[in-house]
Amino acid sequence: MAKQYVNTTINGDNHELLCDPTQTLLDVLRDQLDMTGTKEGCGTGDCGACSVTMDGVLVCSCLVMGVEANGKKVETIEGMADGDDLHPLQQKFIEHIALQCGICTPGLLVASKALLEENPDPTEEEIRYWLAGNLCRCTGYHKIIEAVQDAAREMRGA
Amino acid sequence: MGRAPSPFATKIPYEEKDLKVIGSNPTARGDAVDKVTGRARYASDIKLPGQLMGRVLRSPHARANIISIDVSEAEALPGVKAVVCRDDFPDMEVEHAASGELMVNFRDVTRNMMARENVLYDGHPVAAVAAISDAIAKRALKLIKVEYEVLPHVIDVRDAMRPDAPVLHEDQFTKGVDPKPEKPSNIAARMESKLGDIEKGFEEAEIIIEREYNTKPVHQGYIEPQASIANYTEGGIAEVWTGTQGHFVFRAQIAKLLKMDLSKVKVIPTELGGGFGGKNNVYLEPLAVVLSKKSNRPVKMVMDRDEVFRATGPTSGTNVRVKMGCTKEGRITAAQAELNYQSGAYAGSSLPLATITVFTRYDLENVSVVGHDVTTNRPKVAAYRAPGAPMVAFGVETVVDEMARECGMDPIDFRLKNAAKEGTQTHFGPKLGPVGYIQTLERAKAHPHLQEKLGPDQGRGVASGFWFTLGAETSATVNIGEDGTATLIFGTVDVTGGSRSAFGMIVAEELGIPFEKVRTMSGDTSALGFNFMTAGSRGTAAGSMAAVTASRKAIARMCEIAARKWEVEPDQVVWEDGRARPAGANVGDFEPMTVAELAKEAAWFGGSIAGHAEINVAQGGPGFGTHVVDVEVDRRTGGVKILRYTLIQDAGKAVYPEFIEGQFQGGAVQGIGTALNEEYIYNDKGVLENPGFLDYRVPVASDVPFINTEIVEVPNPDHPYGIRGIGEVPIIPPLPAIANAIHDAVGIRLRDHPMSPPKVLKALKDKMVEDLASRGTAAE
Repeated sequence: MAKQYVNTTINGDNHELLCDPTQTLLDVLRDQLDMTGTKEGCGTGDCGACSVTMDGVLVCSCLVMGVEANGKKVETIEGMADGDDLHPLQQKFIEHIALQCGICTPGLLVASKALLEENPDPTEEEIRYWLAGNLCRCTGYHKIIEAVQDAAREMRGA
Repeated sequence: MGRAPSPFATKIPYEEKDLKVIGSNPTARGDAVDKVTGRARYASDIKLPGQLMGRVLRSPHARANIISIDVSEAEALPGVKAVVCRDDFPDMEVEHAASGELMVNFRDVTRNMMARENVLYDGHPVAAVAAISDAIAKRALKLIKVEYEVLPHVIDVRDAMRPDAPVLHEDQFTKGVDPKPEKPSNIAARMESKLGDIEKGFEEAEIIIEREYNTKPVHQGYIEPQASIANYTEGGIAEVWTGTQGHFVFRAQIAKLLKMDLSKVKVIPTELGGGFGGKNNVYLEPLAVVLSKKSNRPVKMVMDRDEVFRATGPTSGTNVRVKMGCTKEGRITAAQAELNYQSGAYAGSSLPLATITVFTRYDLENVSVVGHDVTTNRPKVAAYRAPGAPMVAFGVETVVDEMARECGMDPIDFRLKNAAKEGTQTHFGPKLGPVGYIQTLERAKAHPHLQEKLGPDQGRGVASGFWFTLGAETSATVNIGEDGTATLIFGTVDVTGGSRSAFGMIVAEELGIPFEKVRTMSGDTSALGFNFMTAGSRGTAAGSMAAVTASRKAIARMCEIAARKWEVEPDQVVWEDGRARPAGANVGDFEPMTVAELAKEAAWFGGSIAGHAEINVAQGGPGFGTHVVDVEVDRRTGGVKILRYTLIQDAGKAVYPEFIEGQFQGGAVQGIGTALNEEYIYNDKGVLENPGFLDYRVPVASDVPFINTEIVEVPNPDHPYGIRGIGEVPIIPPLPAIANAIHDAVGIRLRDHPMSPPKVLKALKDKMVEDLASRGTAAE
């Protein structure tokens, strides 16, 4: 199939691309743009390692076709820190040891950021259900939940 | 395990001392920033110039002979650069080697990575392709013609042991049976572990309980699928970047399988996205090397998730019988078990580990364990965190719970009465040194968790676990920079990001410099002497012994520099508080020198400062843990909700306490997944029906509560800081603890794993029928 022209904004940068219509957004990010911060754990939308936002909506980039990003704003883990300044979630994940092997971490951070944008003061249960689509096999989630709670507190200025 | 302890193995006696760095929780963890920014490089993130993409063709059959393989059409597809199958790999003789906690046989390893005469499970590799794109490689797989002769298969371990079962290997005669059996069978080996007189033990018993348990295979479920890139040069050198728990062992296996010199294979371990024992075995690596050799291009191979489930090792499915006897006062007099462990397509399950450790938690006089290692048409099993232990603890710890109830005793008191302690003779050989099992029980008893009130259909369960810690070959180098900062190159794999920081803390402690002045990094196979895998909880326990040894050698070199400068003998210089000092007033009045000062002068006084360790660590210290769990059973759905969870474990010495808590929590939640949800489901054709995270349901954040943890510290006497391995024990107790809690909640004893809603519902229904029947009888 002929490649299609895609004009998309990723972490604030404009990209003009030619995408095969069978290519997922995840493939475009990782293989075409070498933005390997977004991870592939399953390719079927079950693990959340490939979480990104598209026009502010949290999606599994393995379930979105690259051509669907045309005209959209995509945010990935690479755009989360502001230069040397880590996002409060990134900082709290480090402080609380909310990561071990780290393969699920980019997806969890992107998903947590989307949560706090929608709900700045989530309960433990709300965090657990929001993040239920992001599998972590190392931590048992305990320290991830604590890190998100702490980051939410800090971001609210509480 | 798998090999005898060497008389030349290294032990460094424990010394109690004031610690400045060890036991703190550094915020500048070495790996964390790169992991939260997406910079950390895992194997599938690496791209080499000119790389091809490789794919594997896998068997759709559970068992079949391969009549022929025709790759000609695939080879002719434009963009395909190489196709390999069995003809591209040399056959191997029977030769056993340790690979993590399990043993491998190279004759089987080569067949498991690429089928030869036959395929033995759904997902068994049959051919592999390298092409200029992943899409073309996938298209090429469809053009490979394989003619199969489909044969009867067997999936369940009990079925496989029947005399009329289809036999996977015609040359497999049960080992450990005298005389050798006349006919081949699926029982690859029989093993025994005995202590005392089991018959006498049962004669002394006033209460005897015998139960049978069945468990399904579960997968490690690491989130990063296997990935490797190989670059084979025209000069005959292979470089392999891969996600592995042991790059030196992988190098050895690649070299052996491809008949290459070790020195011509370099394995570079990448950041690892979870392993849990599942990345102790080569799968893609040799294929990628041969595809690279054949195509003269680098070849990258990444498994899809369904390939991970179908073709990489899960645990054994098991059938376990446990029979135990005790006095009415609660003293265990006899402990007997029969363990039937399926090993998958090739012999070699975790049975040896299960056989020797099944009852180690208790101080017993009479023990008898018999085990069978059984081949079935499933992927060859791999290690999974305390391999073999959770399924056997399921039996033992629930029988112990039943015995405690029969005696009218609290389950913790019952365990305290029988607990293993210093001097306990294990049934696997050694007497235990100082261990912390009793402390974990006492701390559990005193925990506020036990004061929480339980509501209707809620129950509380207790269980304990034991695991040993491997020692084995370990190497490291400490280099002191000209500015006095230190770099540790380690050769174990930092599987979860904790050992890197633990090593940094240990080097800082030894040298007397701040943690921030130590950088630790992994060395590839050309940088250090051989390192065994990060397996058997040995990563930090054994790796830190090498870090201590290397640091002390660097210190000796620094003392030598000071001695040369002061014109005294090296033994007249001591190392204290990060400085070289004169050993006494009689040596002379010299100003103590810091690491930075010594580093500056090192060149003049003989060259730069480094310390090396190439040691074989004796052992990492046995570990014990006790878990308490509260559950609520939903009588309408059969769902089991975890309400509260508390885990107490002996870490010997917690170098990085918050990280240890994280490992405890992660292990407990993996154990909860094993207990409640996870299982391999095969259809009647022997095809895996749930090779994805949607249907193979690992715990998600909303499934579990916070996991309370407490660390007990009973120092390991053979480690300078008292460290024990901690990684594996936490996954052992959840399965039995939850089973005990379900019984406490609703009065049913589940002995078939997983304890998923359909099984719970059925047991509740059976119990209702039983209760009604007995009430009816009573009424008559």
